[in-house]
Amino acid sequence: METQQLIKEVNEALATEFEIEVSSISAGANIKDTLDLDSLGLVDMVALIENKFGVKIQSADIPAIKIFEDLYNFLLGKLK
Amino acid sequence: MGIYSCLGKNLEEVRQSLYDGKSGIIFDPARKELGFRSGLTAYLEIPNLKGILSRNQRVYMPEQAHYAYVATAEALQNAGLGQDYLDTREVGLLYGNDSSADAVMKSIDTMREKKDTTMIGAGGIFQSMNSTVTMNLACIFKLKGINMTISGACASGSHAIGLGSLLIRMGLQDCIVCGGAQEVNPFSIGSFDGINAFSVREDAPEKASRPFDRDRDGLVPGGGAATVIIESYESAIQRGAPVLAEICGYGFSSNGDHISVPNVDGPSRSLQMAIREAGIDIREIGYINAHATSTPVGDSNEAKAIANVFGAYRPEVTSTKSQTGHEMWMAGASEIIYSMLMMKNDFIAPNINFENPDEASAGLNIPAKRVTKRFDTFLSNSFGFGGTNSTLVVKNI
Repeated sequence: METQQLIKEVNEALATEFEIEVSSISAGANIKDTLDLDSLGLVDMVALIENKFGVKIQSADIPAIKIFEDLYNFLLGKLK
Repeated sequence: MGIYSCLGKNLEEVRQSLYDGKSGIIFDPARKELGFRSGLTAYLEIPNLKGILSRNQRVYMPEQAHYAYVATAEALQNAGLGQDYLDTREVGLLYGNDSSADAVMKSIDTMREKKDTTMIGAGGIFQSMNSTVTMNLACIFKLKGINMTISGACASGSHAIGLGSLLIRMGLQDCIVCGGAQEVNPFSIGSFDGINAFSVREDAPEKASRPFDRDRDGLVPGGGAATVIIESYESAIQRGAPVLAEICGYGFSSNGDHISVPNVDGPSRSLQMAIREAGIDIREIGYINAHATSTPVGDSNEAKAIANVFGAYRPEVTSTKSQTGHEMWMAGASEIIYSMLMMKNDFIAPNINFENPDEASAGLNIPAKRVTKRFDTFLSNSFGFGGTNSTLVVKNI
């Protein structure tokens, strides 16, 4: 998948699920703060990504995914 | 008080439906496709709470919690209980609920399909538990007193109010949000349909729920939610609350008998206890809201129990389930509200579809047409599987 297409799809999916404007998502923004995620919300984000992109985010991967760019890079790495 | 039912989305709509003798029952073809014996059900829309509650609040709420939220918001508003009060006092929460089958089913379906429990999502566990309504309402309204779901089958809502009244009488709580909620989706009652408990009068849905009528052939499932705010008299007066009525008697009993077939002795004892606790003469009771669900044995045995307790005194007896179907976990609370709406507006809603009595119901005074009557005390019965019985006596203020 093209990088820009992936970013667009990730952003739209997250914005829809967590009911925020897509425009409020930027590569450098903190994911938890932007999506208003607590530990339970994080579970829903992981489930959403797995459901939409078929990529499992393991618990061990989560600490390294802090900003949206981390998430894009993680997915791009898995989808290669 | 606040309510969300097949008779209306608020107190005023419900009052009008009761007054008009309107039925909330429809035929749902989708149930037949699922293999239901009966496609009859009460009909109500699931309220859209988007824009009212955040995503992070809604994600933990199953269907019946949506109903309960709307009913509770209305009740709190009518009781003059704002968020400032809830934030600074220990207001309790006791709500009847005895299933959350749709959420359980969806979680298990996901688990089986995906083989990955994370895919169930964060809402699954909170939506699936019997206490889902109280856990959601307590967090949304930031309630700080007792916080518990009462699961007493089809008497759940009545027991919640009765137990709440005891906590207040004991001085342990000043104010408690009480009620009952019931999911309406087909998956929650497929197993109930499977034991041949439902009416199959599918050609005339509005005539299917016919409590006490000789030709009744089973209940019609319904649901929604109903909330009443109960409070110590002193607390209510102190804050200038609109006091509507007094819960003056709570009676309860267990049949100690069959799991589904009710008897006469258990309900009789529940009625007698409620009247004894109320400390009133039976002749003060101007209306009886019966549990009668439109099942052959249940209605008959309740009619006998009422006749045993009330003897020659025959106040009007109706079952509002003739209009609503059986609201199950919600029924004990909603029927307090239906009766309150009647008491406050000087009428008794008709026991619709009561065309011919059977041997037991012939001994009761059951109006098939609306009655104009002023009454100041009513009694409400709620009975459930396993032989749990609850009776409330409520006096006008």
